Amino acid sequence: MDASSIHGRLKDRFGEKIVAFQSETLQPWAVVAPDAIADVAAFAKSDPALAFDNLLCLSAVDYPKEDPPRMEVVYHLFSYEHRHVFVLKVHVPREGAHVPTVEGTWAVANWHEREAYDLFGIVFDGHSDLRRILLPDDWIGHPLRKDWVDPDFYNGMHVKPTQQMAERAMAGEKIGVGPFDFTPPNRHVEE
Amino acid sequence: MSTDLQGGGYGWRVDDIDTDEMILNMGPQHPSTHGVLRIELRTDGEIVRAARPHIGYLHRCFEKHAESVDYPGVIPYTDRMDYVASMGNSLGYALAVEKLMGIEVSPYVQTIRVIMAELQRIASHCIAVGTYGMDIGAFTPFLHLLRDREKILDLFEWTCGARLLYNYNWVGGVSHDVPDGFVKACRQFLREFDAVTYPEMIDLLIKNKIFIKRTANIGVCAPELAVSYDLTGPNLRGSGPPRDLRRDEPYIGYENYEFDVVVGEGRFGPRGSCFDRNWVRALEMKESAKILHQAVDRIEKMERADVHEKVPKRVKPAKGEVYARSEAPRGQLGYYIVADGTGVNPYRVKVKSPCFTAMSIFHVLARGMMIADIIALIGSLDVVLGEIDR
Repeated sequence: MDASSIHGRLKDRFGEKIVAFQSETLQPWAVVAPDAIADVAAFAKSDPALAFDNLLCLSAVDYPKEDPPRMEVVYHLFSYEHRHVFVLKVHVPREGAHVPTVEGTWAVANWHEREAYDLFGIVFDGHSDLRRILLPDDWIGHPLRKDWVDPDFYNGMHVKPTQQMAERAMAGEKIGVGPFDFTPPNRHVEE
Repeated sequence: MSTDLQGGGYGWRVDDIDTDEMILNMGPQHPSTHGVLRIELRTDGEIVRAARPHIGYLHRCFEKHAESVDYPGVIPYTDRMDYVASMGNSLGYALAVEKLMGIEVSPYVQTIRVIMAELQRIASHCIAVGTYGMDIGAFTPFLHLLRDREKILDLFEWTCGARLLYNYNWVGGVSHDVPDGFVKACRQFLREFDAVTYPEMIDLLIKNKIFIKRTANIGVCAPELAVSYDLTGPNLRGSGPPRDLRRDEPYIGYENYEFDVVVGEGRFGPRGSCFDRNWVRALEMKESAKILHQAVDRIEKMERADVHEKVPKRVKPAKGEVYARSEAPRGQLGYYIVADGTGVNPYRVKVKSPCFTAMSIFHVLARGMMIADIIALIGSLDVVLGEIDR
């Protein structure tokens, strides 16, 4: 099936829940309403004409400059049987984003959704084990958001030299020990 | 009666010993976890009741870095993901950006890429099969295979100057043309591979009775389960489905080469076992050598061309997005790249790494295993932690 007929089949079944369809791009995609994604996913897998048995990739993208600002969860589907691909997108608000999990349809979504939660802060409702996966459990914030600012401290430790530290180091004081020795990047210029 | 003997006459029987469930941490500094991987095992005696992998010890913010450098600047970072098979990573990235920009490279560059990708596949499987043997007690094959990996690394070093992280596949070309005499050296390597490395590996390891007994009945993965967890590459083919992107959706001219897609046969025990996954890797090396034979024949007849011909002065794709996948040695490596059309940096780069999905199936396969078999299972999935944590 080509992309437009896949979209047609989803549109017939879900109507208004398929919000938009973009066929002019390199890889056509359809936008799905957030509350319907779990049903659309289950249908896409079980319907014999679609048979999307493989979730290739689940990614999240942050678009703070769009109007309104949003985040997208992108599902790349593939069918081993029919050899066709399709892309589903879900638009969610940047704050307090909630998306139903598709873990029940494709088991691999478990870790992908944990990663999206970890790095973007999107909460997947109904997920069996929604914890951070790549970052430490006590990490604060979600670094792949576009408005992320590197923190100065992690658990009370300096992770970024402060202005004060830089000034002390420039004045010739030894800051840190061994591999943690801090040398200002432009020191050779001063000398 | 026999239990009394085992009790040593101290007045207790083996059946009476209660074993409590115990939490056992395997890693992150365990030598057989192939990197910094921690697995939390809930054990009942020697039996693993549940396993929970903890990843992220090697997280280096690849995706965040990629947003802060320009498109060609990402390539050295991709090398550092799967550091055992860097060529495959940068190839996948280059293909994705080329697809986004509509660049078509010349057949000469394609053939070079095929040669490098297949050499890298052999080198990577040398490590995979060799360390797998070492994990479960066979030290010798590892040394033999590492010796032959060195020959491939020498070829790489000769071509581009690096032995581990190559920065070789550029957007629109490759960094260096192959040197004079490369074809001859490559043929020499293939002769040695066909005559020595491959038969040695099969005799020393794959046909070894102890090795078969250790691996053939454990970690059995059904094809449906494998697809649901998005296992790809040798892990999926070990379970039976003959899915290989080089055959199914050919890129860089793979449709012009004759080779077989190796699948697990379940020769010893059920199909899809740890043995089968490793078996696919071992036999795949032979298929890669087959492709290499054809590729060096082809490149010998070709007119030398400028390998930088299609390299854009400024890589700045129009607004758009692409998901491109390629068959890296460990499975399908996918790049999801979003370009916003304004800056020279990618707006978003997401990597779907085959090891990440292979590790996510781990807790299913590990349930009910003996602790010693956990080692055999990790090795058979052939994960590289650099690619899981990115």
